[in-house]
Parts: sequence; C-alpha cells; structure tokens
Amino acid sequence: MNTSYKPAIHFHEVDYGVEDASILSKITGSFPKGRITTLVGPSGAGKTTLLKLCNGLISPQAGEIYIQGKNINEFAPVELRKSVGMALQSAPMVAGTVMNNLGLPLEIRGEKLSEEDGINLLHDVGLNEDVLNKKVKDLSGGQRQKVSIARTLVNRPDILLLDEITSSLDVTSLKEIEELIVKINQKYGTTIIWITHNLQQALTIGNYTWVMMKGKVIETGESELLESPVNEQVRRFVKGETE
Amino acid sequence: MSFLTLSITLIFVLIPILLSKTLRLGLEKDTIIATVRSIIQLLAVGYILKFVFDSESLFYIFLMVTLMIVVATHNAQKKGAAIKGITWKVGVTLVFVEVLTQGILIGFNITPPTAQYVISISGMIIGNSMVLAILFLNRFTAEVDDHQDEMELILSLGGTPKQAIHSQLIKSIKASMIPTIESQKTVGLVQLPGMMSGQIIAGADPIQAVQFQLLIIFLLLTTAAVTSVMLGFLSYPTLFNDRMQLLRGK
Ligand SMILES: Nc1ncnc2c1ncn2[C@@H]1O[C@H](COP(=O)(O)OP(=O)(O)O)[C@@H](O)[C@H]1O
Ligand SMILES: [Mg+2]
Repeated sequence: MNTSYKPAIHFHEVDYGVEDASILSKITGSFPKGRITTLVGPSGAGKTTLLKLCNGLISPQAGEIYIQGKNINEFAPVELRKSVGMALQSAPMVAGTVMNNLGLPLEIRGEKLSEEDGINLLHDVGLNEDVLNKKVKDLSGGQRQKVSIARTLVNRPDILLLDEITSSLDVTSLKEIEELIVKINQKYGTTIIWITHNLQQALTIGNYTWVMMKGKVIETGESELLESPVNEQVRRFVKGETE
Repeated sequence: MSFLTLSITLIFVLIPILLSKTLRLGLEKDTIIATVRSIIQLLAVGYILKFVFDSESLFYIFLMVTLMIVVATHNAQKKGAAIKGITWKVGVTLVFVEVLTQGILIGFNITPPTAQYVISISGMIIGNSMVLAILFLNRFTAEVDDHQDEMELILSLGGTPKQAIHSQLIKSIKASMIPTIESQKTVGLVQLPGMMSGQIIAGADPIQAVQFQLLIIFLLLTTAAVTSVMLGFLSYPTLFNDRMQLLRGK
C-alpha cells in the first residue's frame, strides 16, 4: 500500500451479504485522498456493492468503514451522502427537464437552483446551455451521463463515486468525460473512485487501482500493477481470460 | 321468491357448465365450486343477518362489523407481504375508515344506528376499502420494485426516505383511486348499481333508491381516498431503516 497519501476512505475487514449469500468478504484497504482510484474486476465481483457501502446506501454486516478518518456510522446519513457523491452507469433521472434534475439536490433541501447556476453547471460538464430545458427522455446517452455528473457536483462532494459511467458511450463522449473527471480531481482535489471495465482507462486516468474478484480484493496498488501483474488471477483477468 | 323458484334459477348455472364442457374451457369444476360456495355463504349470511336484525343487539352488530374487517384485512394483506407489519396497517386503516364513515352517518343523523343500516353500509364500505387496499398495495409494490434506481438516486443526493419515495407513493395513491372515480362518472348510464336495483326490485320508490345510492357513491369516494392515503403513509416508512437505507427483498 502506498503510504504517502492519507486515505479518504478506509475499509477494515468488511463483510457484506444478502440473506445467506456473501457478496463481499474481508475487504481491507484504502482509497487515497485527492487521487483517482479505479476499481476493476469481472462483473459480479462486488464493485457496485462496495461503492454503495461508501455512501451508506447499505451497511456492512461486519467490519468498519472510515471516511476521512471518521467511522461511517458517526455521520448523519444526509451529511455523508452530500460529501460522498455518486453517479451510476444507468444515470437515473427524475421525470422532467434537465433543469429539474440539476435542481434536485437543492430542491431536496428546500432551495432552488438559479438558471444561471444551471447554465454554469452545464458548461462545466461540456454541455450547451440549450440543453437546460430539454426533457431528460430526449437526451443522448452521453448528454444524460454528463447531466448525471453535473447533478452530483451540485453538492460539491469531497469524494466522488463513479460506477461504469463511460461503458455505454461513444469514443468522443468517453474522452470528454475522462477529461472532465480529471479536471474535477485536479481543480477541487476531489477523491475519485471509479469502477471501469476499460483497463486502458484505468492505466491512463487512474493513479491507483483495486482489483476485485468474487467478493474479494485481490490486489491494490499504483495503476501500473495492471501492466505487469504479479498475482496469477490478476494476470489472467488483465489478459481477458476471466469475465 | 320460494326455494323452488330459486332452484329453477340453477339453469343459469347449467348454461355455462354446458358451454364449458362443449368448448373444453375446463371451467366446470370452478363454476360448480363457485356456485356451491355462493349458495352456502349467502344463505349463512342471510340467516345470520336475520338473527342479528331480530336481536337488535349492539354486541352482535359490533361482532359482525369486526368479522368483516378481519376477513377483509386477511384478504388485502396478502398483496403487501413485502411490507413489514402490513396486517395491522391494513387493519387499522379499515377500522379508521369504518369509524369515520359511520361516525359521520350516525353523528349527523343521516342513517339510523340500527343493525339494518349499520351492517349493510359497513359491508359496502369495508368491501370497497379492501379492494382499494389491494389496488394500492399491488401498484405500490410494483412502483417500488421498478424505481429502485430513482429512489436510491434521491437518497444518494442527500434526500430523506419520504423524498425518495414521494413520487411512487403519489402515483400509487392516484392510480388506486382512479377506478372509483371513473366508475362513478358513468353510474346509472351503463348499469344500475346492484344495491339500487335490489331496492327497486324489492319495491322501493326509485327516487328513494337513487338518494340512497348517491349517499353510497359519496361514501365510496371518501373510502377510496382515505384508504389509499392512510395505507400509503403507514406503509412507506417500513421500506427504509433508520440509516435512511432502502430495504430490498421480500
Ligand atoms: N441486493 C442484492 N440481493 C442479492 N444479490 C445481490 C444484491 N446486490 C448484489 N448482489 C449480488 O452480488 C454480486 C456482486 O454484485 P455487484 O456489486 O453488482 O457486482 P459488480 O458491480 O462487480 O458487477 C452479484 O452476484 C450480485 O448478483
Ligand atoms: Mg456493477
């Protein structure tokens, strides 16, 4: 483990299961603060479940999770989720316009997003201001994903959890979103945890990586570990033999 | 009507059985079971009602209404098995609707507090309240299953459980109330309500029968609204825990 960075999130012996099925077992490790960590592994490895533990959408059956050094159970759920933002591949939207969706985080606490702030948010994620009054059902996949990210940014999270946000995008949108995430990371020092299927992306964008399989963390370290894995399972995964 | 005449009406049961046999619909057994059950259940109710009406005892009225609520609760709670404590939630809702409607009817002297009125009206109210509860629970369970992503989105942006489920709750309440409102728009145009027809056949003045039917229609509007809203607000909190997490699974 790299010790030169303070952990934004630390897992200690975390177990999670549903009914009798174990989904995550004995997860121990850290996500360094202010850096981009990618989370890779075959589907069903438990990556999405791990993200949901980080913003308290679910709680572990055993073990401890620390956010910025404080036990996750000591946070009020609302405060925790405002400082640990999340964006999903499906980019769920509430029915209505882009403005309705961008305004959602403020509406939740009884405030209103100004049109000016809405336009600034769109510019931040590389969207044109005429998207503001579009119905969300008329957005393209790339636009939808950008709106989803912009909406997460309204709460100015210290930690950003991203779940396969570029998996269904064309190359142009993919590049734009990669640049956007790097920019957010550099400009605000936001800690990024990014689930991706794209190992190239993990190598070029990510500083740090976690490799997960079958509910376990197999290896963690600087992204370069993906180039020449020591672990046999990781080697097979990188070569595309596990999926 | 004599029992002999009544037995001739079994012709109306023979027709579907013959059709089912000829066309191999396979509905003979169910038709026979339905016929036998309706004969036994209704005759039993008839004799029980006769007994209760003759006794004019408050205790028996109370017992009858309680029995109706218990049976209706049992039927409706099956549709909400995913919701914790659904049985008492449906039960409390039905009791509230019953007390509210009878309270207004008797309190304003609209209907007299006799077995004849209390039991017949309660039967309609509780029966409709049960149907509304079933409609609501079916829709609500489906809405929640289909919109987990949206609900988790609102939670993950810092929303409360109430905010997360608001749109699913409102949609389900509305959807369950619409059939009641719609059916009342065409009442009398397409078919006469069963109760009104019954009264007219029994020799009541049609205007009297209509007045009574209007009372029932208005009562059913209240029943529909109160049942859905109350059951909705009792149900949604059990889908979350105190860490504001959406509980899934049946
Ligand atoms: N709520 C749940 N109930 C039952 N099984 C679940 C639930 N959530 C996740 N799982 C199971 O846990 C495993 C890991 O899921 P997930 O975290 O989505 O993996 P990944 O994101 O790596 O593809 C899968 O086998 C999935 O079916
Ligand atoms: Mg996943």
